[in-house]
Amino acid sequence: MNKIVSKEYFSPQVVKLEVEAPLIARSRKAGHFVIVKVGERGERIPLTIADANREIGTITLVIQAVGNSSKKICALNEGDYITDLVGPLGKATHIEKVGTVVCAGGGVGVAPLLPIVTAFHEAGNRVIVVLAARTKDLVILEDQMRANSDEVIVMTDDGSYGTKGLVTNGVESVIQREKVDLCVTIGPAIMMKFVSALTKKYNVPTVASLNTIMVDGTGMCGACRITVGGKTKFVCVDGPEFDAHQVDFDEMLMRLKAYN
Amino acid sequence: MKEEEIIAARRSESWREELRKSKKNKERTDIPRVHMNELDAIYRSHSRKEEVNLGLTAEQALLEAQRCLDCPNPACMTGCPVGINIPTFIKYIEIGKFLDAAKTLKETSALPAVCGRVCPQEKQCEAQCIHLKMKKEPVAVGYLERFAADYERESGQMAVPETAPANGTKIAVVGSGPAGLSFAGDMAKRGYDVTVFEALHEIGGVLKYGIPEFRLPNRIVDVEINILKQMGVKFLNNCIVGKTISYEDLHEDGFKGIFAASGAGLPNFMNIPGENLIGVMSSNEYLTRVNLMDAASPESDTPVLIGKRVAVIGGGNTAMDSVRTARRLGADRAIIVYRRSEEEMPARIEEVKHAKEEGIEFLTLHNPIEYLGDETGHVKQMRLQKMALGEPDASGRRRPVPIEGAIDAIEVDEVIVSVGVSPNPLIPSTFPGLEVSKWGTIVVNSDTMQSALPDVYAGGDIVRGGATVILAMGDGRKAAAAIDTALKG
Repeated sequence: MNKIVSKEYFSPQVVKLEVEAPLIARSRKAGHFVIVKVGERGERIPLTIADANREIGTITLVIQAVGNSSKKICALNEGDYITDLVGPLGKATHIEKVGTVVCAGGGVGVAPLLPIVTAFHEAGNRVIVVLAARTKDLVILEDQMRANSDEVIVMTDDGSYGTKGLVTNGVESVIQREKVDLCVTIGPAIMMKFVSALTKKYNVPTVASLNTIMVDGTGMCGACRITVGGKTKFVCVDGPEFDAHQVDFDEMLMRLKAYN
Repeated sequence: MKEEEIIAARRSESWREELRKSKKNKERTDIPRVHMNELDAIYRSHSRKEEVNLGLTAEQALLEAQRCLDCPNPACMTGCPVGINIPTFIKYIEIGKFLDAAKTLKETSALPAVCGRVCPQEKQCEAQCIHLKMKKEPVAVGYLERFAADYERESGQMAVPETAPANGTKIAVVGSGPAGLSFAGDMAKRGYDVTVFEALHEIGGVLKYGIPEFRLPNRIVDVEINILKQMGVKFLNNCIVGKTISYEDLHEDGFKGIFAASGAGLPNFMNIPGENLIGVMSSNEYLTRVNLMDAASPESDTPVLIGKRVAVIGGGNTAMDSVRTARRLGADRAIIVYRRSEEEMPARIEEVKHAKEEGIEFLTLHNPIEYLGDETGHVKQMRLQKMALGEPDASGRRRPVPIEGAIDAIEVDEVIVSVGVSPNPLIPSTFPGLEVSKWGTIVVNSDTMQSALPDVYAGGDIVRGGATVILAMGDGRKAAAAIDTALKG
């Protein structure tokens, strides 16, 4: 049982929760995720850790209410408890000084992108963040991104804020104007597929953080398997981050619909 | 006292002597072996959770116990990985002291009601029974074990095994499956301060996520876990050693010994085309959804695909558990696809028999080579290579060889791959200095279960790769004895 110490709405569907989890707050690194289960009959779902506070022993989760289980989590309030929470899971992001890093996030993928942006920036990289959302109200964590990077480019589908266009337009504009050494992308699978296709064209090494269906999250079930470079990999233990250019996104998109 | 002396001393108690004299051996061996009472096969093939084996009645148990000759050198005990004093518990049953029988079981086994259900007794205690030498069926040790454990539980007078005074030494157990529970029980008896760390939200490991309720109800497992709690064992769920807390953290927290029993985590796949189609999954995933997450219940948030034509690849107990589960969830055709013949199947004979009674089809000497999907990515057909048996291989079983050009295709809407598991890499990869085999198992001294790290012992599938509940429990027991000796210096 893990207590929710604060709740904030980023938008009507997107919620930020700070949850008591002192051991995870201490051991987690950028890129790690947790498995969350709400209620005795709840489903185990993976959520990437957006932030942590070691001193007070909390982790931050940002959840979009899309399915039954994510709606249940979003319905919890400050003072409520998450029935089961386990982690940190997966491999941490490999952080090193590479030069210029473009971090492209869309939807709630922006939340787990923040610790990666911060870590690359702290490692001495020039970090340019491309934040994408459908419309102005859905742009999240812009201030935090600005505080931890060299530049933030905001893209909205409807042009209500920042530049009108898709995340790929923002990434391409950076690649065309300067040398990019690495791209990191987190967001909906379809978005990552297109970011990956774009950076492949420009030969920019790209890492994608994948969010697939999982049950145990420790390598036991194989529900999360994907094909990377022609080989089957488990997102939970081999990932969640992979060389995006090797990921079979079409298969991943198909597998995400297994229970739809 | 040595074990042989204890066995002899208990055997020479006056009540045992009298009991032996009360009946001639001939009379005992003439009694036919009892048959397990079972739920009707047609009924049970549609009943999701009801247990197939119903247990023995007291009358049946009393009679079966008479079959045991109370041998001076009980060979059955040599076949038991946890060294249960088999003649003693059976003779207690014969005189109607069922609670004493249960107490005898708990002297050396942390999970008697579990073992009485899932142990392959036919390969262990019963395989050594004197009756076999006389061309008779062995004493039904497993059925009697289950009877005594069930009787005690249902009596409401469950005895908590005695524990030595607390010695204050902290011991960590990684994983709450059979190896971990067995180890925890033995260490608690010796007075240690035991904490069991479990990665999942439920305690019990494979007993909960793997073995279906129709073979081992979860409530039975919970009762045995509760006894351990009453003995002072602490359980911490949702905590992954190597992730949530590290080896170093355990040292800082004052743990003086660690038993790694993290199980066989990773499911094997065959790496054939179409294996990532929707509807193709590991038996671990399928069984975890149905058993641990109760996904087939409408109240559960966890989904599970309900196949009408389900193929399960493999011939082991897990394959049988999967195919029988699929049948219960409503499969019209539930098929075992196995590349060798039935003779080579590693599954228990009882499981194969039960499966057949429940309408499971057996497609032996067939091996999947490809899965084909529909336009939405759901599996719809599997292509199978027909096989023949060749020369024996390293396992001593005849090697299956493809018959060139002989390829079948069958329509399926769900495929469950049950071709073994690999050890969970979490512990080996996060305990610096641990020696690991090329299969990913932890290398231990087989007498003590001690690893290359002096304070880390290991047992169960993380050492064996993929074995049985009882062998895992035997490892736990052996490790407990060794770690106790080491800590007492």
